[in-house]
Amino acid sequence: MTVELGNAVDIGVNEAVAALEQNISNAGIEGVLETIPTYRSLQVVYDPARIRSRDLIDRLSGILSGPVQGVAATRRWTIPVSYGGEHGKDLEFVAGVHNLSSDEVIRIHSGAEYRVYMIGFAPGFAYLGGLPEALHTPRRDNPRALTPARSVSIGGIQAAVSTMPVPSGWHLLGQTPVRTYDLTRPEPFLLKTGDRIRFESISHQEYRRLDAAAEKGDIIAECEVTG
Amino acid sequence: MSASLIVHDPGLFSTIQDAGRWGYLRYGVSNSGAMDKVSLHIANILVGNDPGEAAVEFTASGGVYEAAADSCRIAIVGGNFPVAIDGEPAPPFSSCTLRRGTRIDIGYAISGMRGYLAVAGGFDLTPILGSVSTQVRFGLGGLDGKPLGVGSPIPLRNEEAPPDGDRCLDPALLPSAGGPLRVIMGPQDDYFTEAGKQTFLSAGYRVSDQSDRMGYRLDGPDIEHADDFNIVSDGIAAGSVQVPGNRKPIVLLADRQTTGGYPKIATVISADLHRLAQMGPGETMRFSSVSIAEAEEQYLALAQCLETIARSMEPADAESLKTYRLLSINLIDGIL
Repeated sequence: MTVELGNAVDIGVNEAVAALEQNISNAGIEGVLETIPTYRSLQVVYDPARIRSRDLIDRLSGILSGPVQGVAATRRWTIPVSYGGEHGKDLEFVAGVHNLSSDEVIRIHSGAEYRVYMIGFAPGFAYLGGLPEALHTPRRDNPRALTPARSVSIGGIQAAVSTMPVPSGWHLLGQTPVRTYDLTRPEPFLLKTGDRIRFESISHQEYRRLDAAAEKGDIIAECEVTG
Repeated sequence: MSASLIVHDPGLFSTIQDAGRWGYLRYGVSNSGAMDKVSLHIANILVGNDPGEAAVEFTASGGVYEAAADSCRIAIVGGNFPVAIDGEPAPPFSSCTLRRGTRIDIGYAISGMRGYLAVAGGFDLTPILGSVSTQVRFGLGGLDGKPLGVGSPIPLRNEEAPPDGDRCLDPALLPSAGGPLRVIMGPQDDYFTEAGKQTFLSAGYRVSDQSDRMGYRLDGPDIEHADDFNIVSDGIAAGSVQVPGNRKPIVLLADRQTTGGYPKIATVISADLHRLAQMGPGETMRFSSVSIAEAEEQYLALAQCLETIARSMEPADAESLKTYRLLSINLIDGIL
């Protein structure tokens, strides 16, 4: 069952999705197996042997018309990024599109706060909202068949952090040493919908140092929890 | 010596699949698991396993396997595949207990698309995110996230078959399989014209060659969008029928991506996904619309049907096996 809360890339819609999911979780509805938050809807997976759709719709309608309760704490991540060069092959192209220098693109991209709107497409792949308008860039005409793991990219009005090589038509600005997906950790997925992200520009040298630490299992991304 | 099933020939495409990887859709990990969960379920209960235990899922052709254990009990269920055990035709809808070195030959499908080879006690594999199901695209589960290869032994939990004997089931109890695939319209059926929806529900759609565990691309009449064919991405359920800009429907299945940006005209009901999984390239399907309440009734009825099968299983004796063998060709067709 899908609860649609809008059809826009919009923080208000995405916050409503997060609030609905939180309230469903608080309500502990028997028979609800899994909820999947996306940009603008919440998919609710249920077992008809334990709850029928008419009862589930009643429960969800009640929750939708009620107040938001106990919104979870917000996590703010700082993700180091090595911009340009081999790590971000499209940095100069994006700068050219907007008549900016590469440094200005880095400054604008790393100066904004992003919200994880959705994890989807591939394991741990994070779609981010909050890309400053100055960097809105149409996608590539020719998508790449494979992009490097842990790419930090932008496409249209969105930004993203990938986890593994995937096909993509987005512009690659940089690469992070942070493993946002690592099956050897007890919690393999670092990011979840609703998390906030800031990017911090690091040198290629610093990238190599952090990459080695991350390879050994260090999280290396800093996290601050508020609310 | 540790017990295993040796793969001498993996057929066209064989992977380890169980009931699926649940709880990680929110992190972008699809469920995977058996495409035909009804056949997986039946194969497992024939050998005394939990219904969701992992089995070998083979596609279009089965391959050649060898029992490398003191003894082991297997069952093969799914489409109509010719099966030979040490060269002798194997009884359908029955488990078989094999001695070390016994060879299992599973040929090309006479009808149907997928089959399941279950072993009593199951395979001894490490679950990834709660499941041993193989997801080849992202290298998860199974044997190193890959399809079965020549010579790869699949470790078994049991050194020998459990002492209770072979079991068989009455094929008359299997779920009936005729008629159109049933769908619930939506969630984005408002992105299509009335004519588009009418086309979808009246025309025949053929399974194309570009069909795999991720989804089936279908060939058939164009389905007309009302306006835009892009939506802001949202979640994709198993059985979602999305229609991209080329107006041809794609049914998304076990290894689908978890989210997507094309409007979804309908969703194939859970109770019919096992039927879809047995359709191969070139076969034609039709769709008919049912209510959510009806889809739930069908889901519960299917669960009931599987319970009845489990309760009605009988010891396989020589006499009943002979009968099944005589009837086997018609009977196996019945599973579709």
